[in-house]
Amino acid sequence: MAFSSEQEQRNLVARHRRSRLFARLCAVVTWSSVFLLAVLLVRVSLDGLSWLDWQFLDSFPSRIPERAGIKAALVGTLWMIVLVALIAIPVGVSAALYLEEFAKRGRLSRLIEVNIANLAGVPSIVYGILGLAIFVRFFALERSLISGALTMSLLILPVIIIASREAIRMVPMSIRYAALSLGATRWQTTWSHVLPSAFPGIMTGVILALSRAIGETAPLILIGAMSFVAFLPQGPMDSFTALPIQIYDWASRPQAEFQELAAAGIIVLLIVLLLMNATAIYIRNKTEKRQK
Amino acid sequence: MDARENADAAADKKKGTEAVLDLQDVSVLYSGKPAVRNVSCAIWRNRITSIIGPSGCGKSTLLRSLNRMNDFVDGVSIEGKILFAGQNLYGGDVDPVEVRRRIGMVFQKPNPFPKSIYANISWGPSINGYDGSMDELVERSLQQAALWEEVKDRLHDSALNLSGGQQQRLCIARALAMEPQVLLMDEPCSALDPISTAHIEDLLFELQSRYTIVIVTHNMQQAARVSDYTAFMETGSLVEFGETDQIFTRPEKKRTEEYVTGRFG
Amino acid sequence: MSSSSGQSSVSFSIRKGGLRWGETAIKTWLRICTLVSLFTTVAIVVLLLAESLGFFREVSPLEFFFGTRWVPLLNPSSFGVLPLVWGTTLITVGAAVIAIPLGLASAIYLSEYASDRVRAWVKPVLELLAGIPTVVYGYFALTFVTPVLRTLIPDIQVFNALSGAIVVGIMILPTIATLSDNALRAVPVSLRQAAYAVGATSYEVTTRIVVPAGLSGVMASFLLAISRAIGETMAVTLASGQTPNLEFTMLESIQTMTAYIVQISLGDAPSGGVAYQTLFAVATMLFFITLLINIISQWILGRFREVYD
Repeated sequence: MAFSSEQEQRNLVARHRRSRLFARLCAVVTWSSVFLLAVLLVRVSLDGLSWLDWQFLDSFPSRIPERAGIKAALVGTLWMIVLVALIAIPVGVSAALYLEEFAKRGRLSRLIEVNIANLAGVPSIVYGILGLAIFVRFFALERSLISGALTMSLLILPVIIIASREAIRMVPMSIRYAALSLGATRWQTTWSHVLPSAFPGIMTGVILALSRAIGETAPLILIGAMSFVAFLPQGPMDSFTALPIQIYDWASRPQAEFQELAAAGIIVLLIVLLLMNATAIYIRNKTEKRQK
Repeated sequence: MDARENADAAADKKKGTEAVLDLQDVSVLYSGKPAVRNVSCAIWRNRITSIIGPSGCGKSTLLRSLNRMNDFVDGVSIEGKILFAGQNLYGGDVDPVEVRRRIGMVFQKPNPFPKSIYANISWGPSINGYDGSMDELVERSLQQAALWEEVKDRLHDSALNLSGGQQQRLCIARALAMEPQVLLMDEPCSALDPISTAHIEDLLFELQSRYTIVIVTHNMQQAARVSDYTAFMETGSLVEFGETDQIFTRPEKKRTEEYVTGRFG
Repeated sequence: MSSSSGQSSVSFSIRKGGLRWGETAIKTWLRICTLVSLFTTVAIVVLLLAESLGFFREVSPLEFFFGTRWVPLLNPSSFGVLPLVWGTTLITVGAAVIAIPLGLASAIYLSEYASDRVRAWVKPVLELLAGIPTVVYGYFALTFVTPVLRTLIPDIQVFNALSGAIVVGIMILPTIATLSDNALRAVPVSLRQAAYAVGATSYEVTTRIVVPAGLSGVMASFLLAISRAIGETMAVTLASGQTPNLEFTMLESIQTMTAYIVQISLGDAPSGGVAYQTLFAVATMLFFITLLINIISQWILGRFREVYD
């Protein structure tokens, strides 16, 4: 038969060689990508570690690198986390609940779905322009924490809605039917059974969305968060700065000291993000255990 | 709230002579296509009625239309009338939530809430404003469902730790806690092993004199064993309805005879 | 909570016992929350178009879309947007050239070759890296990539397109890798088995069967990543500078659309003037370009779902 010819045999060897080469190439590429990203993190840490001390955490910005710190930025970021969480979580989860549990499948809900998917892809800087025009100017909230928080909330709303909807969709229909067959209203069913079951998934999505808000820089630059703030905000109407703004400001200066300060700021930012992710994992594990 | 009502019913001398549900020319359509066609029959008080028929004959669809669970399926519409104590279930001024408070349901697969055994029972009554002793109600419901002895020491354990058969009895107890006028069961044993099935059937005998039950089953022996009345459906139509003895021993229609003797289906 | 006063008594009613106020109020609240997303879109579109209209009353669209000089702040000013579009194009194409092959190869490794244990470890790491703030990538470009480039190519400028393109490429790589991995994993195992059963090698199965079958998902991941690269702001602002440039060069300072928006908002332009309005004209272009790409990507994904569901 033609298949057993020597030519075929040689071809097969070549094919196997090519196959092995390809597999190895893919593996090498993957590991170098991971390695590259590891280099990034290690580099930043090495650059900034020597500047990272209590004085750095507890000082306001300064023209003298040795005296500069990120107190105002860190506090501003913590304010942002709380405000954005207070605004975006209720609105986003409510919208997800409405779309999954109440909305009739029709043109309008389809339109809203497409709209949310597209909003998720709008560049963050466009949200910044929106925030500048609506919150800072139109509602005259000025360059305040609340302007920033509202802008960031709009930015992460699509992410929260999409993640929450996925979590809500994972709740088996049988649980809803059980509750409804007992004469529960839609909302009683949703509140007592759907929401608790979807909670871990929602929390994970929400915290990931919040960490995105924490790391965003461009919208805050647009709405005018300042980089030289020598006071702590006392309330939502105060002006503020935030970690990414401070990092951007330092990184864009030519002096090496300020760039190292930026690296130290990045470490702090990454730690905040890491803590939030750890919280998400903790909440998920704890709730899962309780439900078992 | 319904306790008195039920006690009244139990004392009622003309037990079983009264139609709780009266189906008049009922059709159920899925986006315009009929799944159930022109069914007329009555569900008698304190009797067990079973609905049998080959799979896909529309028996579950018909059952779900009796407590308006079909409302949650997109594109379902109903024609005809279902009278519940004289009121049309699908009348314009009817609140489906009120309907489901009074007509309970047990599903094909056990579907306990991922909460404690106690909370599974107590949730329905509590949202519906039950103000008696919850502990008593939980105990009574579990006893009626023949589950009390097995779980009385671990009421606050998760219901998900129970076996499949226990879970299904818990779901029955949960429905009974609402003291429903009618209890609908949608193939309640199809996901269970034979021993659990026997438990549930025993339970049905227990409940027989006190509750009005409609049970959908694909298991003819089960229908013959537990029910007073049997409805045989095929391709969406009600072929024959009558007392169970009569349906299984002297069916009037040829198709019924062929089905109950196992010649098809 | 909703009204729970069921009508008790012996003769019960299943009629509506008045409106459930709680239920109605909650439903209204939920609906309002849902509409926030629609309002956001409407607000963005109205705002951008209205302000751009103001801009085009001063500057002819012909000059804006086809002009080759972008000098909005000096006198005499010139409002040709092409240099900004070109800057964005250089960054995006450069990033795509880096991220698409690497990302796809990683996705193939993860879905076809890696053991479950490796995958369970590498994928979350990639996802985590996708969440690193972009300002960090900007810092990385400025303090690591650019110095390395300067030793390799001595006449490269401090701010240059190449450095920006490289870090944006690194930045979008995890997106491509994880989303493409999802797409490849969605290809039914039975397809692979069928190919192996006729004597194909793993290379042939992957390149001729799996990747073509998952192509729509893979393409969608490319588009999503490209759209991210176009909208990316901080990394390119830090790495590639603020010099509008229409040269075909990766070694010089350029300015992207996003970097220009940052420059203006940092306060170089007086509020209300034409220069200020350029902010909205540029943002409008940015918005519609990314929107177009996102819509195409969703359309591709929609077709993909039809195949496998």
